[in-house]
Amino acid sequence: MDRLIQELPSFLSIWNIIFLLKAMGVTFLLSLIGCLVGFSLGTLLAIFRKTKSALLIPLRILIVIYTEIFRRIPFLVSLLLIFYIFQIGKITDSLFIIAIVTVCLIATAFISEIVRSGLESVSQTQWDAAKAMNFSYYETLKEVIFPQAWKVIFPPAFSFFILFIKDTALASQIGVMELTFAGKVLNNKGFSPILVFGTVLILYFILSFPLDRFGKYMERKYATN
Amino acid sequence: MQQIKISESHAYYGDLHVLNNVSLSIDKGEIISIIGPSGSGKSSLLKLLVGLLLPKSGTISISNKIIDYTNKAHLNYARNKTAIVFQQFNLFENMNVLKNVCIAPYKIQKRNKEEVEEQAIKLLDKVGLKNKLNSYPDELSGGQQQRVAIARALCLNPEILLLDEITSALDPELVKEVLDTIRVLASEGMTMLIVSHEMVFVKELSNKVVFMDEGAIVDFDTPQNIFESPKHFRIADFVSKILK
Amino acid sequence: MGYTLIYSQVTEYIPYLLAGAWISLQIVILAFSAGMFFGLILASIRTFGNLTLRRTVIFYVTFFTNTPQLVQIYFLFFALPEIGILLSPFVAVLIGMTLNAAAYMCEIQRAGFLSIRQNELDAARTMSFSIVQQVRFVILPHIMKVLFPPLSNHYILMTLGTSMAAIFGVEELTGRAFNINAETFRSVEIFSITALVYIIITFIATLLLAIIGKYFFKAKIRIIQ
Repeated sequence: MDRLIQELPSFLSIWNIIFLLKAMGVTFLLSLIGCLVGFSLGTLLAIFRKTKSALLIPLRILIVIYTEIFRRIPFLVSLLLIFYIFQIGKITDSLFIIAIVTVCLIATAFISEIVRSGLESVSQTQWDAAKAMNFSYYETLKEVIFPQAWKVIFPPAFSFFILFIKDTALASQIGVMELTFAGKVLNNKGFSPILVFGTVLILYFILSFPLDRFGKYMERKYATN
Repeated sequence: MQQIKISESHAYYGDLHVLNNVSLSIDKGEIISIIGPSGSGKSSLLKLLVGLLLPKSGTISISNKIIDYTNKAHLNYARNKTAIVFQQFNLFENMNVLKNVCIAPYKIQKRNKEEVEEQAIKLLDKVGLKNKLNSYPDELSGGQQQRVAIARALCLNPEILLLDEITSALDPELVKEVLDTIRVLASEGMTMLIVSHEMVFVKELSNKVVFMDEGAIVDFDTPQNIFESPKHFRIADFVSKILK
Repeated sequence: MGYTLIYSQVTEYIPYLLAGAWISLQIVILAFSAGMFFGLILASIRTFGNLTLRRTVIFYVTFFTNTPQLVQIYFLFFALPEIGILLSPFVAVLIGMTLNAAAYMCEIQRAGFLSIRQNELDAARTMSFSIVQQVRFVILPHIMKVLFPPLSNHYILMTLGTSMAAIFGVEELTGRAFNINAETFRSVEIFSITALVYIIITFIATLLLAIIGKYFFKAKIRIIQ
């Protein structure tokens, strides 16, 4: 206890605070970019997965394999696999880029499932009516299905974003300077682990909790609409 | 002029033989009702014409042109000549009434926006819903939704109107307003193919009646002959049960 | 590129690797069961307890669901020794996963409590069911059916979550992959095989859970579509 109080001032030095805030930014950026890319690509995958033409069967199979695989491998293992593939292929040295690529691959897989559920939640009768009036597959999606599916897609997608912020903690294992790694650095510098990891936990909480509340607020709003 | 001609067509839903050697021809301006027990293939016949159900064999021609429903151009042609109104209205939930009626003519038929809107408002006035232009489907009663669906079908300027049990999902007190709308259309000379359980209405309005059972057309005759002197036991049995 | 994939060099390690999967299984079953048990207690307090107790549980659950499991375990592993509690890596991971699981399962099970509809209880009461019979024939079957999908889903998530234990030196599946990698340097081969093992494990788990769900609880969960 005394150690904590002793260390507090030096722990809360300007350098440390800026260091932690920067790391928080990296954490947030990783999840945000991951989810934005995940949403765009995930939507594309979901759209192609629901096509019916025989020509596109190989594409549909590939999409199924991709989404099933990346949802069934631990984040850590995906990260290391991509890390070593990139290292060996001499693709890039940047740890941040490796983390971003992994994050995008994983988010895309999960979000495409969410989008697909959303699309499937729209009644078949809406498709029938559009088809009888000669709407193409893409016109139907754009004018009729997506506007309705959005309500079903947004809450779980946003939940996933919040969950993802916590998953990025694993990027610390390949040395990306995000929040958890920052914690390890400070711990190695000799600060009390209670102080260090306690603070890191609080900082994650500060990132996640407001978003969580916002998500719940939006859910209630969408539900009553 | 023969507007629809279906010859010896067969269709399947998976393994289910929903249309069995069906042949039918309909002239322009005729009002044909299709009656029969549940599952007899009545809706399937309509779905066949708009390409929601593909025929396994047989020929279908609309306005003397043979339609290959796997051909995009033919499909467009068929869907331009016909318009279908469903039992479950199938209005687009995310659009208001006006947009529901306008969207296909504007986006798919690529017509001029002002012209389509003008026609839409006229049609909605005709079905008695001029004051509901900005309402959404979930704000309307079943009867109102069905009338919007009719206006939507008419805005496509079809030559043939297909009505698939359009009053079956409605509360009894809402049925009359929809039937009245159809009577007006009938008096204007629209070719109509109507699947219905409303026998009084069928008897009053149709030029001819088709009786279907188990995917096949059992008889195709005037309302008098079908109802008063049915040629087959199945028809007599059905009619007596319905008209009790 | 100068690197060729040589899977033959790592095949001798595969039995060792697979034995690690058994350790992963032990971790997840222990943590899941303990988590469910404590989660039930928390859910009960949350639903039936007085205001102070409820607030405490809410605080606990909010904290543990808004911070990463990895950092929670870091805290247990590094911070507790400061106050004299030394935990082995295995135990630290187990406790961390249990505490985390308890928080999520509290929420899941609370949803189960809340889903009991009053009319079902009324119907049972009017048919002169005793309390015990009400619980056995109405409440329990209904709750099981409602809870089974989210709990199964969380089980799968936890199975993937066990890979974190590797970071603390536990020799479960991922941990052994680390070891083999350190010896052979055949990184891509090792981690791709590890990924495959995780895919197979989760696939089998999903299948088994789907079967159990269908026959015992009449609950349905999706495998693939």
